[in-house]
Amino acid sequence: MDVSRKKNLLWLQAGSCGGCAMAALDNGASGWFAELQTFGINLLWHPGVSEETGEEVLDILARIERGEERLDIFCIEGSILRGPEGTGMFNRLSGTDRSLFEWTRRLAPLADYCVAVGTCAAYGGIPAGDPAPTDACGLQYEGSEAGGALGRDFSSRKGLPVVNVSGCAPHPGWIMETFAALAAGDLAPGDLDTLGRPKFFAGHLAHHGCSRNEFYEFKASARNLSDRGCLMEHLGCKATQAIGDCNQRAWNGGGSCTHAGFACISCTSPGFEDSHNHHVTPKIAGIPVGLPLDMPKAWFMTLAALSKSATPDRVRKNAEADRIVENPKRHK
Amino acid sequence: MKRLVVGPFNRVEGDLELTLDIEEGRVASARVAAPLYRGFEQILVGRPAADALSIAPRICGICSVSQSMAAAAGLRALTGVKPPPNGELAANIAHAAENIADHLTHFYIFFMPDFARDLYAGESWFGPVQARFKSISGAAAGEALPARARLLHVMGLIAGKWPHSLAFQPGGVTRALDLGEKMRLIGVFGEFRVFLEKALFAAPLEKVVEISTPEALAAFSEGQGDFAAFLRLGESLKLRELGRIALPLLSFGAYESAAGHLFSPGIFDPAMGEARALADAGIAEDADFSFLRETSRDPALAINTPDMAREGAYSWAKAPRLEGSPAETGAVARQAVHGNPLVRALITENGSTNVFVRVVARVMEIARLTLAAEAWARAIRLNESFCETPPPLLRGEAVGQASAVGRVEAARGALGHWISVEKGVIQRYQIIAPTTWNFSPRDAEGTPGPLEQALEGVKVGEAGAKSPAIQHVVRSFDPCMVCTAH
Repeated sequence: MDVSRKKNLLWLQAGSCGGCAMAALDNGASGWFAELQTFGINLLWHPGVSEETGEEVLDILARIERGEERLDIFCIEGSILRGPEGTGMFNRLSGTDRSLFEWTRRLAPLADYCVAVGTCAAYGGIPAGDPAPTDACGLQYEGSEAGGALGRDFSSRKGLPVVNVSGCAPHPGWIMETFAALAAGDLAPGDLDTLGRPKFFAGHLAHHGCSRNEFYEFKASARNLSDRGCLMEHLGCKATQAIGDCNQRAWNGGGSCTHAGFACISCTSPGFEDSHNHHVTPKIAGIPVGLPLDMPKAWFMTLAALSKSATPDRVRKNAEADRIVENPKRHK
Repeated sequence: MKRLVVGPFNRVEGDLELTLDIEEGRVASARVAAPLYRGFEQILVGRPAADALSIAPRICGICSVSQSMAAAAGLRALTGVKPPPNGELAANIAHAAENIADHLTHFYIFFMPDFARDLYAGESWFGPVQARFKSISGAAAGEALPARARLLHVMGLIAGKWPHSLAFQPGGVTRALDLGEKMRLIGVFGEFRVFLEKALFAAPLEKVVEISTPEALAAFSEGQGDFAAFLRLGESLKLRELGRIALPLLSFGAYESAAGHLFSPGIFDPAMGEARALADAGIAEDADFSFLRETSRDPALAINTPDMAREGAYSWAKAPRLEGSPAETGAVARQAVHGNPLVRALITENGSTNVFVRVVARVMEIARLTLAAEAWARAIRLNESFCETPPPLLRGEAVGQASAVGRVEAARGALGHWISVEKGVIQRYQIIAPTTWNFSPRDAEGTPGPLEQALEGVKVGEAGAKSPAIQHVVRSFDPCMVCTAH
């Protein structure tokens, strides 16, 4: 790929809340626009920030369709709403009589790369939640099943499936680093996991680097929201099952969900929209149902029992308090 | 008569479509359509009550905290749980940060770039305005976006992330701040103030909030800074005469705590120049021109079912009405209701709201809120709790049968969540968002919504659908279309 040529990025919003665009605007110490420039990316059009409006936008889309404008990266934010009855008209692009469902299927094959920004565009997300009132799906997935709006066999002109930057909303860095890697020609099929997510963030679990890790190690659990302990045993946390380097990079300068005291709801995963009671851990006979992703259950139970019995008093006390009530000190 | 269709409409949150009937170069009649329906209210029904806290914020990526706060207020009213003072302070600080960020994004990214379009190239002021405010390449965005990102570090401290956080609970916020974090919070507002006092206002915030008459505002417009640049454009382009309407101005009251509201709730009548109290009843929604089946006009009883075949329908939004009338909401309403003397004077001088006063009210609120939020950060008492233990309903237990309404002010105005719960499960959920009010379609009487009225009479001239006047009027409301129909 010619890295000296500016790459055109077209961003369209489908069944979206606009939150991924808001997150992207957060990136870059000198602002997102400067950062796009650094990576040689030209915003061909973006619904939130571009000057062109109305007919001028339709002209851009028409030029792409006629092959007069290069489409290097085509990015969709939001679920593809296929209803009612397959028309897509729950989400029409205004000024046109076409749905975003139709626009997406027309433009995606013309793009070198297709990016689904956010869990909605990747897998369906919240709008696909029961009872799925608009028949929402992702670009290339419906939940965890390949298919979606473009079909399981779709690949963009450069031979990649849809790149799924999942998350609700994704970390601004996940979005920008994916664009940057595509513009640099540095993202290969092997850089994606089995659900199309870039491994640079999807190769981690949200649990990795959690600031509550000592509480997790000793199974010293929070009972109430705002307690400092581990959120997994009682308060619904799915960070040990959810992909994302959420606790290895700063969100908004230094936060993360678990750091802020609420459960990871696995917003990077297909189907997260259909779990209920996010702050209650489902249990059978007192044992949490959702245990860490790939750990044998019996081992987990054994180690948990062992670590609980070894929990330092300090950790036990701090776990059920909203602030540090006992400081670390040498064991006598 | 000529008919113009305007869309896609960008630099708003979401998308909208205008259908304008033009007679003698002016808009004779306007229709505004929300072209997206996702069915959030249908998705919320049948879920445990507390799930509203994870689903509702995801209606909107720009006012996610406002949606969280409305859901939390509704569940608070259902359960009677009361947040401790720190919980109220921290939630209000985060909510203020979001609202300030929204106002800033609107001014720099959505609204001002319209003055930098080539259509204005012949104007004497064009050169510097284009260099400063041009979309994407203008100098201002390169300063405003980093300032916005730094301001949103408030979310890293209180909410974990933005948008979409579960930190905002009926009983407070989910993390107790420590001493270092309290200091960082104060520091964020201090740094943001530096940006405001240099770039936006070029004056101390204390001086900005003192501006209380149109004459003082005119004097301020002679200064440096981006707000002064807007004020001069306002004079030059006669924005006081543009997008005028005289509808009741509605505010649900903003930043509530045990001490009351920072901005009080109520209704302001632009023609009479008087405020009055907001009655509990009096809000109803018509669906006569919406792609939704008719159920109840009462938001507490309504259930949404899409119906694309509905005759005469042209928007996914319903038409909320206040005591039978369309109503305008937003910063201009909030400040007028609360008694801001400048905003009231700008409204009463011609008996209406308009493009100019909508923007003035919004930008002035940035100054007021930054001062307030910094004071709230200092008021946090670190030895006290931030969160009350959740009552059984919020721990997922199958208890209770009740209905309640959560009302807050989002950046764009009055936001209400009407919630009905039975045995712990949501039976009905109805949301009326600020832009549902402002960009509503016609009601049962055929009365147009606020934007539809504000567009009537606007001169489009040769430019037709590209007329900048149309762009200014629409964006002066700071529409959030993803909230409008949800």
